[in-house]
Amino acid sequence: MDPEIAKTQEERRKMEQQLASMTSLTFDTDLYGGNDRDAYVTSIPVNEDEDNLDSLMDNEVARKLASYTAPKSLLKEMPRGSDENDDVSGFKKPQRIIDREDDYRKRRLNRVISPERHDAFAAGEKTPDPSVRTYADVMREEALKREKEETLKLIAKKKKQQEEDEAASDKPLPADSSAAAAPKRRNRWDQSQDDGGAGAGAAKKAKTASTSDWDLPDTTPGRWDATPTPGRLGDATPSASVGRRNRWDETPTPGRVVDSDATPAAGGVTPGATPAGMTWDATPKLAGLATPTPKKQRSRWDETPATMGSATPMAGATPAAVTPGVTPVGGLDLATPTPGAINLRGAITPEQYNLLRWEKDIEDRNRPLTDEELDAMFPQEGYKILDPPASYVPIRTPARKLLATPTPMGTPLYAIPEENRGQQFDVPKEAPGGLPFMKPEDYQYFGALLNEEEEEKMTSDELKERKIMKLLLKVKNGTPPQRKTALRQLTDKAREFGAGPLFNRILPLLMQPTLEDQERHLLVKVIDRVLYKLDELVRPYVHKILVVIEPLLIDEDYYARVEGREIISNLSKAAGLATMIAAMRPDIDNIDEYVRNTTARAFSVVASALGIPALLPFLKAVCQSKKSWQARHTGIKIVQQIAILIGCAVLPHLRSLVEIIEHGLLDENQKVRTITALSLAALAEAAAPYGIESFDSVLKPLWKGIRSHRGKVLAAFLKAIGFIIPLMDALYASYYTKEVMVILIREFQSPDEEMKKIVLKVVKQCVSTEGVEADYIRSDILPEFFRNFWVRRMALDRRNYRQLVDTTVEIANKTGVADIVGRIVEDLKDESEPYRRMVMETIEKVVTNLGASDIDARLEELLIDGILYAFQEQTSDDANVMLNGFGAVVNALGQRVKPYLPQICGTIKWRLNNKSAKVRQQAADLISRIAVVMKQCQEEQLMGHLGVVLYEYLGEEYPEVLGSILGALKAIVNVIGMTKMTPPIKDLLPRLTPILKNRHEKVQENCIDLVGRIADRGAEFVPAREWMRICFELLEMLKAHKKGIRRATVNTFGYIAKAIGPQDVLATLLNNLKVQERQNRVCTTVAIAIVAETCSPFTVLPALMNEYRVPELNVQNGVLKSLSFLFEYIGEMGKDYIYAVTPLLEDALMDRDLVHRQTAASAVKHMALGVAGLGCEDALVHLLNYVWPNIFETSPHVINAVMEAIEGMRVALGAAIVLNYCLQGLFHPARKVREVYWKIYNSLYIGAQDALVAAYPTLEDEQNNVYSRPELMMFV
Amino acid sequence: MQASDRFNINSQLEHLQAKYVGTGHADLNRFEWAVNIQRDSYASYVGHYPILAYFAIAENESIGRERYNFMQKMLLPCGLPPEREDD
Repeated sequence: MDPEIAKTQEERRKMEQQLASMTSLTFDTDLYGGNDRDAYVTSIPVNEDEDNLDSLMDNEVARKLASYTAPKSLLKEMPRGSDENDDVSGFKKPQRIIDREDDYRKRRLNRVISPERHDAFAAGEKTPDPSVRTYADVMREEALKREKEETLKLIAKKKKQQEEDEAASDKPLPADSSAAAAPKRRNRWDQSQDDGGAGAGAAKKAKTASTSDWDLPDTTPGRWDATPTPGRLGDATPSASVGRRNRWDETPTPGRVVDSDATPAAGGVTPGATPAGMTWDATPKLAGLATPTPKKQRSRWDETPATMGSATPMAGATPAAVTPGVTPVGGLDLATPTPGAINLRGAITPEQYNLLRWEKDIEDRNRPLTDEELDAMFPQEGYKILDPPASYVPIRTPARKLLATPTPMGTPLYAIPEENRGQQFDVPKEAPGGLPFMKPEDYQYFGALLNEEEEEKMTSDELKERKIMKLLLKVKNGTPPQRKTALRQLTDKAREFGAGPLFNRILPLLMQPTLEDQERHLLVKVIDRVLYKLDELVRPYVHKILVVIEPLLIDEDYYARVEGREIISNLSKAAGLATMIAAMRPDIDNIDEYVRNTTARAFSVVASALGIPALLPFLKAVCQSKKSWQARHTGIKIVQQIAILIGCAVLPHLRSLVEIIEHGLLDENQKVRTITALSLAALAEAAAPYGIESFDSVLKPLWKGIRSHRGKVLAAFLKAIGFIIPLMDALYASYYTKEVMVILIREFQSPDEEMKKIVLKVVKQCVSTEGVEADYIRSDILPEFFRNFWVRRMALDRRNYRQLVDTTVEIANKTGVADIVGRIVEDLKDESEPYRRMVMETIEKVVTNLGASDIDARLEELLIDGILYAFQEQTSDDANVMLNGFGAVVNALGQRVKPYLPQICGTIKWRLNNKSAKVRQQAADLISRIAVVMKQCQEEQLMGHLGVVLYEYLGEEYPEVLGSILGALKAIVNVIGMTKMTPPIKDLLPRLTPILKNRHEKVQENCIDLVGRIADRGAEFVPAREWMRICFELLEMLKAHKKGIRRATVNTFGYIAKAIGPQDVLATLLNNLKVQERQNRVCTTVAIAIVAETCSPFTVLPALMNEYRVPELNVQNGVLKSLSFLFEYIGEMGKDYIYAVTPLLEDALMDRDLVHRQTAASAVKHMALGVAGLGCEDALVHLLNYVWPNIFETSPHVINAVMEAIEGMRVALGAAIVLNYCLQGLFHPARKVREVYWKIYNSLYIGAQDALVAAYPTLEDEQNNVYSRPELMMFV
Repeated sequence: MQASDRFNINSQLEHLQAKYVGTGHADLNRFEWAVNIQRDSYASYVGHYPILAYFAIAENESIGRERYNFMQKMLLPCGLPPEREDD
């Protein structure tokens, strides 16, 4: 350490000692306990090293948990409470969709927006024009594609074979054998190649949202499906087409050299030429995108800074990186590096754009100094200008040259650059005509809007396009009002614009790789609106739309999925079933699994939109397709998705759906069998608890299946059975459970994670079924179950953990508490903490469900012992599992805990004194959980003691802990009452007053609750002066953000007013009406109303009405608002006060200020509702006469208040009277007047239709029409 | 539509009219309103049994007949709509 620092520290220590000896107490020992202050950190580290903190934590954890280890990824994955809410602002930051997508979802970018198709309905009998794509064309193309795929596969296989043969003949080394084994490993769709270890892979898998990957037909040898469609290759958005890169190398930026480990001669690479890249599942693109060699993962640190200057001087490299697949001759594309020009060049990613801009800036700054500049810098004398040596050639990196000189094909001739006035210097060009700001990535779509000159020369079509573009840009980037009007215009003019131009503009935008959630939402909304208007005109564009909308169906975001469903549903209603089928049929056996998956989901939406019966014949045909297993697979998957989507609504069609797919159980293709079983599971789950008779036909094949299959197929079959068994009646269920249990128990040992999950799920289903007896479970299932599943490893994976706990709880529901708890109670002392936590959570749930009466004395002892151990040994518990478990067990045991209470309290006291804040907090929280039980056990003395201890800890500095301590005090006060409380209330409350100043939410909430409780029950123990002081503190609390705190505060005012009389409190509150802050004033008015309610209105009203005379807007409005709340709270008690306040309200209703009238109207409303039927009609009619002229107000709040006041009058005076007010304007010559009156009439009508019958005016008959109601004239 | 309408039940007048048949609007004419009134009245008579019984006594008809008559009258309570003069 620096000697100087050491010296100052030494000095300070001395001073502190001197200071300490002077005073009687040493600093805050009375508050903080006798903490050793030497342990405090006295100096702040120079470089804030956050990593340090992390490693410290890890060290601690590692030290305490030396007994078990796991990969860090798993440790991080350990079940914890949700910690996602660390965002302070509470708003989600705009987020690019692509950033959160996994590789599988990114495959959406591989799809091509297909050209529009022939609309058979519109064309009628005509033969379609050969230029139009018909259904037949599309099908042919698909077939061709499939064939090509097959061929390529064959070629690759052959090559592979060759390679293997060679390798085998060469040298059969172990390394090679592993390479040969690699292709056998199937590639999961969601497992990215560069993901490293299996652990990370598992973690990633766990993240994939909606369903487990079993539900997706993932077993396709992944990468074959990923071949980009031929059309993609020309496109030069590399970030889009390359699925598998990590985000650091997402876009090959122009400046960057091709990865050091990639083949340097980018242009020359053909896939065949690099055999290393030709492993089966490692060829992401067959047709030669830049680098097919598998990349090793690069850390961000060895990233080359992406300047041109540092690039390797290899001319070919740079341009190739910009546009892979383009021959690197001459930087044609890069000719003019001005951003304006580049933007319009076409596909350029924002990263590229930014890089170019930045680079230009650097170039500018680093340009060689000119002679003039040098002259200016150096003094004239004393220097001599030397000639450069003859051999000198100025160094310019070729890359820079390429950018700097626009030399197509490398001709080094100089051309005078044309002056471009529209050139932008760093600042993006201002968009003309009030258009919103354009982001760099928008230029390729909206760039044309920037050059305004040519607008006169445009044809009407071009103008139309331009108009659409403008509107879309406004929708996408504009302010909310701009967006709104643009959206409306797009909707209104949809048919005028035509489907083609609209969708040709909208759909590419949705494929934009940099799209954000909000933007997508807006664009999808546009489509939705436009669809509605275009109706049958959308037919040729159905497939186009589906291509961009289908990915929404598998989005992580729930709302995106809902949106996607809505669009597809609307689309199918607009286009009709035939068109939908024609559009999607070719995709059903698409080679890409992604396409099939999304298509199946889309089909399920179509089914739910147009009804299942309409789709049944088609589904039947698809599921029996002989041509390809893919079609069968997709067809069956559609059924599964239908079941998932529409739930119990499948019931009417259950039998036909099962019949359609049942043959799939015996299909020759394994994937088809699997998906069939999964679909049956989904159907059974949707139909539960009905519909067993529909599954009769599949029981046998399923049964045979679980005996003959292994692995994934078996898991799927088990799942199906697991979901069918709960539908059966008790007898059968019991029989089948016993039968299937043999296999389940065998599979208990399966190492496969997926199998484990399914087995657990099936066990849960079976056990919860009615016919399964507890004895059977006890004897046959439990031993194996506990042996295989209750192991530490299960606690490490979040999903296993959850599933295991659920299943065990379900078993406990059948077998009772003692069996389950008895088996796992010892594990509370296990050395692995996650495992202890899992045990604790299970015990908590079981005991909460079933109580603790089954637990005998011995087990009880073990349980308490284990819980105490687990509670004390916990190192991290964010989800409060231990705490909840402790609380649940103690509460369940009730009085039986008495013998253990001293020990528990000892632990609590010990832990309250712990150094770690978390531990102290948990100890305090535990007190609040067990306070009730302590009371039951008559341990009041112990509680008093704890009260004193807690009181001593009120100096706690960590707000979280302080909040918990206050909560614990509150719990104790609640159970032992004010009189018996130790410390006495008169000591406790003054200690709380300063804590009220604390701004931390948890502290505030607990403190105000405690103070309120004391004010409510034990106000007499505290002098009035103290209460007044608290009143002032409470005013500050009205600013709190949390509603609960404000509510508690306002209630506390009421209690205090009751205790010490309303006058002083009211004076304080009325003064507070003068403050500026609105929230504060509003809360004050509420408090006044509450004071009035608790102390009777007559104690408050005079002062309150007197305050109205203060000529100040805020005060008067405050008074009115208080009145409004007051009458709301006192309800029918208002009849005594209505005449008193009427003159005040008269005045307010005639005030010039809108807010006066608004607030007075709402006061009138509450008053009217309160006194309805109590004989105050005279006053109310009088007030209605003042309210009525306000009906023409336009300000939303005012008119709302007025309308509600009139509604209130309807209730209090009856509909007839209000109708009479109404009649004068219903047929007024001025439309504006009529509108308002009809509005009132409508709400009157909706509120009291029947009552109006007697009050309608008598209309005279006309020549043909009878308007009179003779029935009403009848008289007996 | 006014800004104020956004917040109350009239924000979607079309929807309102579809949901509550008897509601009106500024362009409602005498005939349409009268039809609503008549139908509401008949519905009310049929709905309140004591009133129905009262009418039955007054007209010396059975209650069932009265109910039937009222229901029938609800079809065209005011006769055929008059010719619109404006178009």
